[in-house]
Amino acid sequence: MSDSESLDEHRELISFRIADQEFCLDIMAVREIRGWAPATPLPHSPPYVRGVINLRGAVLPILDLKGRLGLGPCEPSARSVIIVVHIGSRLVGLLVDAVSEILAADQSAIQPTPNVGCDTVGRFVRGIIAQEGRMISWIALDDIMPSEQIADAA
Amino acid sequence: MDAMDAIKATYFQECDELLASLEEGLLALETGDADGDTINAVFRAVHSVKGGAGAFGFDQMVEFAHVFETSLDAMRSGQLDPDPDVLKLMLRASDVLADHVAAAKGEGAVDEARAHAMALELAALTEEPGQVSGEESDAGDTGEADDWGFAPLKVDLEDAPTPWRLVMRPTAEMYAKGHEALLFLRELGRLGPLTADIDTSALPDLELLNPEASYLTWNIELGADVPETAIRDVFDFVGDDCPIELRRAESDVGTCESDDLPVVEATASTLAALLEAAQGPAVEASATQADVKGGAALPKGEAKGSGVAASGATIRVDLERVDRLIDLVGELVINQAMLAQRVTESEAASSTVSLGLDELEQLTRQIQDSVMAIRAQPVKSVFQRMPRLVREIAATTGKQVRLIMEGEGTEVDKTVIERLSDPITHMLRNAIDHGLESPEEREEAGKQAEGTVRLAALHRSGRIIIEVSDDGKGINRPRVREIAVKKGLIGADAALSDDEIDNLIFLPGFSTASAVSNISGRGVGMDVVKRSIQSLGGRISISSQPGKGSVFTLSLPLTLAVLDGMVISASGQTLVAPLTAIIETLRPKPADVRPLGPNGAVLAVRDAHVPLIDIGVALGLRTHPIDPTTGVVLLVESEGLGRTALVADEIQGQRQVVIKSLEANYQRVVGIAAATILGDGRVALILDVEACVEKRRNERQAILARAS
Repeated sequence: MSDSESLDEHRELISFRIADQEFCLDIMAVREIRGWAPATPLPHSPPYVRGVINLRGAVLPILDLKGRLGLGPCEPSARSVIIVVHIGSRLVGLLVDAVSEILAADQSAIQPTPNVGCDTVGRFVRGIIAQEGRMISWIALDDIMPSEQIADAA
Repeated sequence: MDAMDAIKATYFQECDELLASLEEGLLALETGDADGDTINAVFRAVHSVKGGAGAFGFDQMVEFAHVFETSLDAMRSGQLDPDPDVLKLMLRASDVLADHVAAAKGEGAVDEARAHAMALELAALTEEPGQVSGEESDAGDTGEADDWGFAPLKVDLEDAPTPWRLVMRPTAEMYAKGHEALLFLRELGRLGPLTADIDTSALPDLELLNPEASYLTWNIELGADVPETAIRDVFDFVGDDCPIELRRAESDVGTCESDDLPVVEATASTLAALLEAAQGPAVEASATQADVKGGAALPKGEAKGSGVAASGATIRVDLERVDRLIDLVGELVINQAMLAQRVTESEAASSTVSLGLDELEQLTRQIQDSVMAIRAQPVKSVFQRMPRLVREIAATTGKQVRLIMEGEGTEVDKTVIERLSDPITHMLRNAIDHGLESPEEREEAGKQAEGTVRLAALHRSGRIIIEVSDDGKGINRPRVREIAVKKGLIGADAALSDDEIDNLIFLPGFSTASAVSNISGRGVGMDVVKRSIQSLGGRISISSQPGKGSVFTLSLPLTLAVLDGMVISASGQTLVAPLTAIIETLRPKPADVRPLGPNGAVLAVRDAHVPLIDIGVALGLRTHPIDPTTGVVLLVESEGLGRTALVADEIQGQRQVVIKSLEANYQRVVGIAAATILGDGRVALILDVEACVEKRRNERQAILARAS
């Protein structure tokens, strides 16, 4: 999979805003985009896990991407958007402020993530794309889910 | 999944069925319930497993199956007596074959030493009686032809090899299954020089000819010095569909009995020409039905037919499709509930609308029940693994055990079936290891040396009941009591009824065997069994009579897809508590709530004091517990902790909910068993009562540990 990805010349990405930064995701990972609905909170979960919602019968966990990226907690409003993505075999909803556009980028336009000495950046930003004077961070989803709770932590 | 994997998956599926029918057949032979077809079914089961294994290149399996098959063939032809010892060996051989299949699946490894020893034992079976039959035929006893139309073989090792004489009579079924006489001739031709005569005498005139019938017979002479099995192997895949008669040609008889038939020097090409000329109609028949499944399908069907009563027409459906349907119906039920709720809320409900809604609800319930019935499976799939287990435990413990199984046809949802195996395994181990006495002890007690363990399944009031009973010594109550006192599980002067003493064995950390045996004592006690049963919404109990045996009774819901729950709320959250966990609900009076320690509190319920746990706090939804007198208390029973009072804000009602996994898209959450979707379309979490209680206990212990 990753081999064929790296061979792809053109890549379509979906970009969105969190706080004042621009991020994007590979469009192939996105299943749908839907409006915000109140989530049922999950006990004993990290603060960026907003809870679960009903996605046509499936129980969908919602991650606050802003909180996950360490940009502070997000206050969901009616304008907030949930991007439903595939992560492995799971379906996960990512809460973002707003979706901006779909953009195409050549593989060559993707630059390696500059080292800013920040763990979170290294973990969740796969690369950056410079386009029309903007800088868009390409998010890596592999590590975005919280690690499994250890059952008998006590 | 590529095509090969799909075929392999089908093969393994068939293997499971074949192995089951193999074992069933052998057990039938052992108990004497067998008819003539049983041994054939057993043989074909091994044969088909071998055939597939060959195709996939599982060489070790082929090797073993071949030896096994040879001995079964000897048994089939009457050369080997199916006495109990032989059958016991064969049952163990079927276990080894099952190991091979499992290893091929990648689910375990074959104990090679054991497999090898078994192969040698099997080979020894056929060698000895083989000599005996040789002597018999020397003595002029030709025996009678068996039902396969094979004359017993006269073997004369001193003489120079004489040619084989073979009569091949393919049946219409053989062509219908896509087999081809030419291929057999070609195959035989590889063994040595071959002369084949075609006997067309049965061929009717064209107007009378049934294009799908088979009229041709071949008389074949094979001048090859090969063993009989080499020739029979050629016809391996057709079995009954192409009866052959095989004998050594007598040296003083002419090479061909029917001189008036055309004799053809057989090379593959001339044979092909001959076949095409003579066999046109039959070839056509085989071509039109070329899509009929290959050889493997046949023995399975027959093996099933002989062992089980006809079960009507069935289809095989991919499980995923059924699961998808069940999911969809679950959503339909939720949507129906949502619709009903919205109509009620909108206050637009006229009597006709609510009548229509009621009908819709009934229909959806019926659809749900019918769909669940599709996924229901007989418990047989679990039960059929047990005879092997019992044999192995019996062998390790040196006890003689007879397993009686009842109610194998009892149906239960697939989700439950998967979870039944472990508890049943454990209860059977327990019954044999701890329940049954050794043969000597049994005889002393005036019982048969062979102990009986009964495994039964039945339906009772919407649940499935599994009973495991033995006729052993029963529970040694004084000993159980002594251990419980010694381990501090009960007070030395506790007054307990017999039943209460029996149920002590379910307490954590309890093990009656003085020495930990390698069978029951795997660090897993009955408490673990009980807990896993409870997590499925089930119950387990035991009753025992000293000297007469014990009965374990296991009761489980028929499905794990829906659950009867009590809908409660705690700090603004709607939660569902499984009804099976709740003993009673009550609204506590201020006088009954008593503080204990700095943070704790207990509730006086009649004479007992049970700890109070605030659900909201236990789940981290709030930091301070509410005043229990303003809320509702759910009295729950949990393992090792006795009763606990869970405090909720209020009870909204009882309802059946569809269970949705949290792990599918997220992960396990401590204190939460699963999720469901309520009538308003929102997700509600289902409480894991056991974990809630335990977590609080752990936290308290941690706090205490830090404080000290």
